Amino acid sequence: MKVNRSIEEINEKIKTGKAVVFTAEEIIEVVEEKGLERAAAEVDVVTTGTFGPMCSSGVFLNVGHPTPRMKLNDAYLNSVPAYAGIAAVDLYLGATALPPSDPANRNYPGDFIYGGGHVIEDLVAGKAIRLEATAYGTDCYPLKKIDTSFRLAEINEATLFNPRNAYQNYNVAVNLGPKTIYTYMGVLKMNMGNANYSSAGQLSPLFNDPLLKTIGLGTRIFLGGGIGYVSWHGTQHNPSAARAENDTPLQPAATLALVGDLKQMEPRWLRGLSFLGYGATLQVGVGVPIPILNEEMMAYCAVRDEDLQAPVVDYNRAYPYKEGGELVRVSYAELKSGSITLKGQKVPTASLSSYAGAREIAAGLKEWIEAGRFTLTVPSAPLPSVEAGIKLNALPQRDPEDREVK
Amino acid sequence: MIKQKIVLRFPPHLVEKPTIYHLIKDYDLMVNILRADINPKKEGRLMMELSGSETNYQRALEWLRELGLHIMGLEQQIIWRAERCTHCGACTVICPTEALAFNRPEMTVSFDEYKCVVCELCLRACPARAMETLVDNANSK
Repeated sequence: MKVNRSIEEINEKIKTGKAVVFTAEEIIEVVEEKGLERAAAEVDVVTTGTFGPMCSSGVFLNVGHPTPRMKLNDAYLNSVPAYAGIAAVDLYLGATALPPSDPANRNYPGDFIYGGGHVIEDLVAGKAIRLEATAYGTDCYPLKKIDTSFRLAEINEATLFNPRNAYQNYNVAVNLGPKTIYTYMGVLKMNMGNANYSSAGQLSPLFNDPLLKTIGLGTRIFLGGGIGYVSWHGTQHNPSAARAENDTPLQPAATLALVGDLKQMEPRWLRGLSFLGYGATLQVGVGVPIPILNEEMMAYCAVRDEDLQAPVVDYNRAYPYKEGGELVRVSYAELKSGSITLKGQKVPTASLSSYAGAREIAAGLKEWIEAGRFTLTVPSAPLPSVEAGIKLNALPQRDPEDREVK
Repeated sequence: MIKQKIVLRFPPHLVEKPTIYHLIKDYDLMVNILRADINPKKEGRLMMELSGSETNYQRALEWLRELGLHIMGLEQQIIWRAERCTHCGACTVICPTEALAFNRPEMTVSFDEYKCVVCELCLRACPARAMETLVDNANSK
């Protein structure tokens, strides 16, 4: 390879305002026009973006001590339960948590109008959050009950910590059954009435660095409108998924765990969502810069929707009951066209992640870099990739005597 | 000839009156009922398309107003809160009339209130809950 650029060199250019940056959408034309070698020689960074529902998200809070002090045991934020099984006034609020009073699917399909994701959105928006908590009381933490309110600026820490974000590819969900179903992939009408997907495709972070050659532990990113970092590989990380010749996965594959200070984020990019019949969650805006270290990274970033394939899966039987696999594979170009053809039938498509949002994030990150406000990081350690040989496990199902249940 | 989609709001004391009968019989209008419901407060809502001669149509509306009914255009029933919309597109495959449409290559959602038939499926299918109705009725929660 003729181009061999270091992250340090890129950062020098960013600091002097000379870095050449394109979004992962813009770069496609640049590479088509200039060719791989020239584009790699001229471009320093490609920015990516995604803005989709990401259930494995949440926030660690330290709300500070009341007087007298208290060890929170059972805690609710705007009636949504927060996990208090850590230090005294530390809490973790998950995006899918629901108030105990929510009827959930007892009133099928449930509305899930307000959950953890909505509390996070309200918190970031600076709204007052009601904290109701009880405790058993100790000699050092005597207070047993509190009902108060606080705003984000008034508490010590609020750290967004998302154990699984930015899925590298995802299923396209259809319903082969005879009635409407309500899933985390949205409302799916009977007999393949619609096909829902959830990826920004060519703009999606992990589609532009498919083997995680530049994204690693400590990579600085756009997270929720502020700055965040890659803190680990995400849960259910499966880099071993089948891959195409361009190294992009043909199934859901790699994931990222992300962390960042909630206090510098924006409600615009952290949105509480209600999935009918499924639950509450959080829509998270993520943008990752890809350093163009060489021609290989340039080729990865030039990937187009036509070259990215997603599996179509039946969410009536195949997904929930693990009966059978994918029906067919379709490209993101087909998905984004508005319809796909399945079993000779024209099926309208819709996305759950916002491509317009992904575009805006990639463009915003590009602006930050061009303005010298955002520099790139050298990862402190790589994330496990294909060579790690990770295999996804299913939960063992055993009786109380530890015998396998068939 | 005139053809209009309207919504009538019935106060509780008028809910049981045979209003449609008179629209047909006395004003010679063609009535196509799109939807009707009565809420727990016994207020009624009737969405329909009326067609007939301009004079009869205007006389009929006057009569309805005199009765004490509230008349609104159908397009005023469902509100798209653009600032809540994240432009994902999930609603566009649920909307039966393409009132909610996905624009390419912008990849944004738009709402054409004149195509809306107030089926209200979008209210709950939108994960960001960007669609709203101002009407308190039996079918929305």
